[in-house]
Order: sequence, then structure tokens, then C-alpha cells
Amino acid sequence: MDRELLGVSTFFFFAAMVRTVVAVRARNYRPTIFNFFAITFGFVFQTVALALRGHALGRCPLTNLFEVLIFVAWSVSLIYLLIGPAYRLSLMGAFTAPLVFVLQAFALLAPIDRPHAMHSPPSPWLEMHASISLISYGAFALACIAGIMYLGQERQLKRRQINSMFYHFPPLTDLFAAITRLLWLGFVLLTVGLVTGFFTGQPLPYLKIAWSLGVWIFYAAILVARHLGMTAPRRIAALCVVAFSAALTLLWGINFLPLGHTS
Amino acid sequence: MHFFCVGISHHTADVELRERFAGHAEVDRVLREEVGCSEALLLTTCNRVEIYAAAEESIPTGRIAHCLLTNGMELQEDDVDAFYRYEALRCVQHLFRVASGLDSMVIGETEILGQAKKAYAAAGESGAAGPFLHRLFQRAFRVAKQVRTRTGITRGAVSVGSVAVDLAEQIFGHFETRKVLLLGAGEASERTARALMKRGVRDIRVANRSRERAEALSALISGRAVSIEEWETQCREVDILISSTAATIPIVTPQNLGPLLRDRLDRPLFIIDIAVPRDVAPEVNELEGVFLYDIDSLQSIAQQSLALRREQIAIGEEIIAGHVNDFSDWFAAARERVVGDPSLRVSES
Repeated sequence: MDRELLGVSTFFFFAAMVRTVVAVRARNYRPTIFNFFAITFGFVFQTVALALRGHALGRCPLTNLFEVLIFVAWSVSLIYLLIGPAYRLSLMGAFTAPLVFVLQAFALLAPIDRPHAMHSPPSPWLEMHASISLISYGAFALACIAGIMYLGQERQLKRRQINSMFYHFPPLTDLFAAITRLLWLGFVLLTVGLVTGFFTGQPLPYLKIAWSLGVWIFYAAILVARHLGMTAPRRIAALCVVAFSAALTLLWGINFLPLGHTS
Repeated sequence: MHFFCVGISHHTADVELRERFAGHAEVDRVLREEVGCSEALLLTTCNRVEIYAAAEESIPTGRIAHCLLTNGMELQEDDVDAFYRYEALRCVQHLFRVASGLDSMVIGETEILGQAKKAYAAAGESGAAGPFLHRLFQRAFRVAKQVRTRTGITRGAVSVGSVAVDLAEQIFGHFETRKVLLLGAGEASERTARALMKRGVRDIRVANRSRERAEALSALISGRAVSIEEWETQCREVDILISSTAATIPIVTPQNLGPLLRDRLDRPLFIIDIAVPRDVAPEVNELEGVFLYDIDSLQSIAQQSLALRREQIAIGEEIIAGHVNDFSDWFAAARERVVGDPSLRVSES
């Protein structure tokens, strides 16, 4: 049942994506609330699906890579819906929907939804650690999306070639402010997630800790560079894209490790 | 009943000829009382003079043109050749295109809708607009709104000044805290500065070789005159630099600007170079965080916007075609009620 609900949710993200692609190809993109509603409905179905699976498992649904990807997709939608009103909704949604669609479609189509034997009873610290860490990925994903938007806008301005979406983008300085806030939100959540990991009462998976610390240090370095004015906004935006791509790859790797817990 | 539009516009006549047919306050009264129109409406803008009218009998174009002559002018032999005439549904379609900005010199301009509303209000007040013109113009306003919201016909700035201001807005968002430096106190700089002030810029500094001219312009735009020697120091602080000096070689180069930007990496600098020859070396655009636009690049963006608007015309025409059909149905129904003959459906002509 939860997979069917996720299928419906994926359809909503697909619809938002198709609408944007068609409008952009027709060079007639205009922001509407369609994307916002499509993502809202998609989010509702995601939430119900995760709740059903969590209820069936008797724990937070983060027991295999399928659930982890769905949880990341849910986090991206959640952060978008929380911070979306601060930006130009439809356009941010136009970039968010494809990411969520790809994450969910891959999770549903790939043979990764295998039951994972859980040897330990549910631990509130472990679940808090895993869920907060993954929600931080939602914030980093949005920072990555804002980074892509920044790079696109900056490129058009530099090359003096303006397309039909240009005037619907948020101003460059607003995008940079959004990137900074999203980086801080993700960084704080990741820090809390990492710290709670030490209270799980389980043997510490040192390789996982090293990788997680690597991600944490990468984002800390970006924030330091941003606030000390050591690098230009364009590079910060590019680093957001690189950092999230790296973090997602690491998340993948972590979930293939045969260690005590899965996130 | 005949309904038609007769007029001249930038498509068919130069400004000299259009001036001669600017119409006068009594046109609609003359058309109704002396020419035989049952309803008449005069639409005049700087690019067109048109009469929309309904009459029981067909009225020759020359007679309408004669009524449109500015007081004291005589109708010349070939004047009427410049007039176009649209009857029945072609008239409806033409008005819908005009109101939507599809027929304007600058495609998608919005001023025409206000002018059409004004003309309609005037005809309503004088009693010159009857049931047909009421219906026609109210529908035209609806069509114009739909065309604007459903197409990109009004998208993008199409003049150099508004392109510069729109670009600045896409970089900075709000202007209240932004600082602008005018390097050179020419007229073009002044116009751009005024456009930025309208959008909220409060801090404008003027540097010019002639201090008196700098002070005079500062007084006009509530700015502050600074010494021309200070321009480099000012570049550390300002967000927008508008340059229009009479220098014959570039005065802003990567060599003198680059070092000034090192301690403001997180703040973009938008440079508008409207001088010919250019004041700013093109290589400055390669500097991190600098966006340089000269007069050619601003004009090129204006052209891109116009091209984008032209691409939207077909979508606008589709919307209009749907409304023309609706109007035709309404007219046929109204006619049936009046004369009881359903065969008197309005035809394309």
C-alpha cells in the first residue's frame, strides 16, 4: 500500500516537472501556484506512505536504502514547503520537483526495497540521529537547488543572454542570502544529528563517523569561506552543488556498509 | 447593421500624416448627427487614430477620414489611401489585437489598454457608445487581460533605460540601501539615475570633470557631488556604476578596478556604460562579481525581449480567435432577437 501511495506522490512531482519543461520549451514560462500545489499533494502522499511503513515496521522507516531515499525526498519537500514562501514559490518548486521525482522514481524502480533484519529494538536516540541527519540533507538539497539557480542567473547576466525564465528568478543577492540560510539550517541539523549519534548506546561505526565528519567539515568550510568573504558567491553556489552531490554519494555508500545501523 | 473600424496607424502612415488626422472633440457627435452612425467611438494615440462605429448604411471611408481631419486641414487626394477599413468580424478582431498590444509599434506595450479605456469612457459619457460598442469594448478589455496573463507578450524590457533598471533589479532586488555612482553627468546618466530613483534608490553620487556640472546634477536628483579623483575610492562602496564621460579611451579597466573589488567579493557591482566611445574596458566583465553592460548589450537585450514577445503573438492570436467567435455568436443571437431572422448571422468580410 505504501508503495502505491508513493507512486501517486511521484506522479505529482512528475506533473510539476513536465509542466515546467513544457512551458520552458514553449519559451512561455510563467510562475503559477501549480508547482506549489503539486508538491504539497506529493508531500501529503509521501507522509502517509512513510507513516504506514513506519507503523508496519514499528520504528522510524529508515531500515534500507529505499526508505532512506524516500525519507530524503520527503525532507526536501518538507524544507521546500517550510521555506518556499520566502522565495518565488513556483520557480523554486520548478527546480525542486525534478530532484524529488528522480529520488523517488529511482527508489521505486531499483531493487533496493529489501527487508533489513533489525537486531536491536527501536532506540529513540538512534531514530532521532537518523531522521535529523536526513532532514539536514533536505536543507542541503535546497541549498544545492538555490545554488543551481544562482549559477544559471549569474551565467545569463555575465553572457548577456536572457531567456524567458530570467525575470522569474529571484534576484542574485536574494538567492545568495537563501543559500546562506539553507546552509546554516542544514549545518545545524547535521551537527545535532551527529551529536545524537553518540548517545545511541550502540558500537560506534568508525568509517561512518569519518564520512559524516567529512561532510560536516566540507559544509563548515563553505560557511567559513562565505562569512570571511574568502570566496565569491558564484564559487559558494558551485560548492553547494558539489557538496550535496558528494554527500548524497556518501549516503549511498554508508547504506551499503554492513554496520550496526543504516544511516 | 454595419459595424466597422476606419483608421490610420504607424503601419500605414508616417507621423506627419497622422498629425493631420488627429481628430477633434466633436468627431463622435459629427459622425452620429451628420454622417449617420448610430454609435461611434474615437481612439487616438500617438501611433493611431481610429473610429469604431455602427451604422444602418455603409459609410464610405473618405467621409470618415474627412471627419477625422484636424481643424483647419484639407483632405488631399491620396490621403484616403493611408486609411484601413475593417468590417464586421475583422473589425472585432482588429480591436482585440489593438487592445492586447499585438498591433502596437512596441509589441505588448500596455499603455494602449489605458488609452482604449479612456476613449470608451469618453464615448460612454457623451452617449456615443450604444449597446454594440459597450459589448465590443468590454469584451476587448477582457481579451487584453487574458492575452497578457496567458502569454509572455509583455515580458522583458524593450528600451535601453528600462533594460538597465530591470537588470539591476534582477541583481539587487530592492534598491533602498543601494548606492549609485554616476561617472560623468550626461543626460543619459541622468535619465537612468532617475529611473533607478523611481524604483527606490536613495544614495546617488555624481563625479564629473566639471565640479559645477556635478553639483548641478546632484541638486536636480537629490544626490551628492564627489570629486572625479575619488571615483576609484567610491567603487569600493557603490553597487551600481553608471558611466557616460567624454573620455576617448577606457578609464575603468581590470587593472584599476580589480584591486578595489578584493574586499567586496560578496557584493556584486553592476556597471552600465552608456558612453560612446566606451568608458569601461570590456575585459572588466570577466572580473568576479562584476556585470558590465554597454549600450550595445543593453540594446541587444531589448531586441531579445522584443523577439520573445513576437514569439508569443501566435498564442495571443489563438486567444483572440476564440473571443471573436464568441462575439459572433452573441451578435447573431442579438440580431435574431431584434429582427427574428436567424440567417442574419454576421459574416467575415
